[in-house]
Amino acid sequence: MQFGIFTVGDVTPDPTTGRTPTEGERIKAILAIAEKVEEVGLDVFALGEHHNPPFIPSSPTTLLGYIAARTSTLLLSTSTTLITTNDPVKIAEDYATLQHISDGRLDLILGRGNTGPVYPWFGKDIRQGIPLAIENYALLHRLWREDVVDWSGKFRTPLQGFTATPRPLDDVPPFVWHGSIRSPEIAEQAAYYGDGFFANNIFWPKEHYMQLISFYRQRFEHYGHGTAQQAIVGLGGQAFMRKNSQDAVNEFRPYFDQAPVYGNGPSLEEFTAQTPLTVGSPQQVIDRYAGMRDHFGDYQRQLFLMDHAGLPLKVVLEQLDLLGEEVVPVLRKELEKNRPAAVPDGPTHASLVAARDAAATSSPIAAASAATR
Amino acid sequence: MTARTLAVVSAGLSKPSSTRMLADRLADATARRLRETGDDVTVEVVELRDLAHDITNNLLTGFPSSTLAAAIEKVASADGLIAVTPIFSTSYSGLFKSFFDILEPGALSEQPVLIGATGGSPRHSLALDYAIRPLFTYLHTTVATTGVFAATDDWGSSDDTVKPLPERIDRAAAEFAQVVRRSTRTSELRDPFALPAGFDPTGVGGAQ
Repeated sequence: MQFGIFTVGDVTPDPTTGRTPTEGERIKAILAIAEKVEEVGLDVFALGEHHNPPFIPSSPTTLLGYIAARTSTLLLSTSTTLITTNDPVKIAEDYATLQHISDGRLDLILGRGNTGPVYPWFGKDIRQGIPLAIENYALLHRLWREDVVDWSGKFRTPLQGFTATPRPLDDVPPFVWHGSIRSPEIAEQAAYYGDGFFANNIFWPKEHYMQLISFYRQRFEHYGHGTAQQAIVGLGGQAFMRKNSQDAVNEFRPYFDQAPVYGNGPSLEEFTAQTPLTVGSPQQVIDRYAGMRDHFGDYQRQLFLMDHAGLPLKVVLEQLDLLGEEVVPVLRKELEKNRPAAVPDGPTHASLVAARDAAATSSPIAAASAATR
Repeated sequence: MTARTLAVVSAGLSKPSSTRMLADRLADATARRLRETGDDVTVEVVELRDLAHDITNNLLTGFPSSTLAAAIEKVASADGLIAVTPIFSTSYSGLFKSFFDILEPGALSEQPVLIGATGGSPRHSLALDYAIRPLFTYLHTTVATTGVFAATDDWGSSDDTVKPLPERIDRAAAEFAQVVRRSTRTSELRDPFALPAGFDPTGVGGAQ
């Protein structure tokens, strides 16, 4: 089970002081947060991609490249990489490079973004969002698996005899998750390729995500990648903690009330009841997240959104201490209990290399049966 | 005997409201017509005033509270919808529109709808046809030909001896009941995860 942090990289005023960090301060804060994620013993740091204010991560691989150099065990990911408006060739090149730099500590979560004008800014049509995600990924998938690619599709200029360099580390492409809030087509795509499915999970009551994940699991089995139970599922989440739960509520409320995403809407109490946002003691966070698998099945990755709504860096780092020292060690033990042996761990470069080698050295018959198990 | 459910959406803001009065009369008249041909009719009323905060929260967060989700399900799953709004500034009220704005695309497709509106003077009656009817056409509902507008005077005077309110209500209900009887919408199964016809997870034309 992998635990980590995901961020959208928003520059938001601190509602308690009215101060807005500069873009430079926010960039440095995100780098500091990423290093802290490794220091407190978490596994994953995932960075969003945006191309408009008030967000800073327009160039994720630059930031992730720095983080790769400053860490040694942290798995780097994205939340999400825009498969719709980025050229899949550039994604193949940038992230294969980052895969080498990080010694394989890299995977991607692909998404379609949530800012409409990004499509026209990058010369795309938002009404083609799903077809872009499907076709661009089909090309990316080939670029990482075939040394020489001939390609012609609807959305980019054709390729003849094209080789994306560098080739993936050990000839094993980075693992890919597909993120979606509501589209069954994306769950189907993830299932078809045997890729992971990441449900952001923070803006919607759980029943919706339960249906979407259940659909992905069924389709994963249908396409012969394993049983539904073995499908690769990741979830988002949100928490704010203090030793005493009332302190957490009092401190977080002004941030919640003014938050860009849900501010001036439902009360903190309503929102925490309706979504995975948990505001209280570390034990309350443990209890809430230890119960997630009862709704979604045993899963592989839990990411938390912690640096948002204008929370100052100092507070975010304190939250990471609490998460790494008090919450995640207990959650690791809790989620190991009664976890079926057949349920795989979250994929890593090492596990993907081992799986590839095992398939290559076993007999064709065994490899075929393993592939359809 | 066929069991049918009529959902009533009333956007009146006062309690009691003339909008709700009109909605109730339209529902009663429709239920009576349907029962004449042996239907077992249940009427479910959704008062938008009670959901106003939840509707605003849904606009802001993108998802409904459980109370609002239950109301939406009531409306979307009904065999017929009676939608009644006060006329504000020559159109439906903002609350009325906000409720229909938060529904999933296609949630009301093919649903039989009877539209009604209330206002201070009969000079606003055409708002039914230039504002409210186009909204329900956009939502791909099947709107009954006759809608009913009730001005304040309709509740008292009998000046209109040619087409008084009860007669207009009965005519609209009779037409609407026919639309409801003909509809097969609720007998068809809907899969929220249905993939578009011909969907291919690898894309089309990508591979050579």
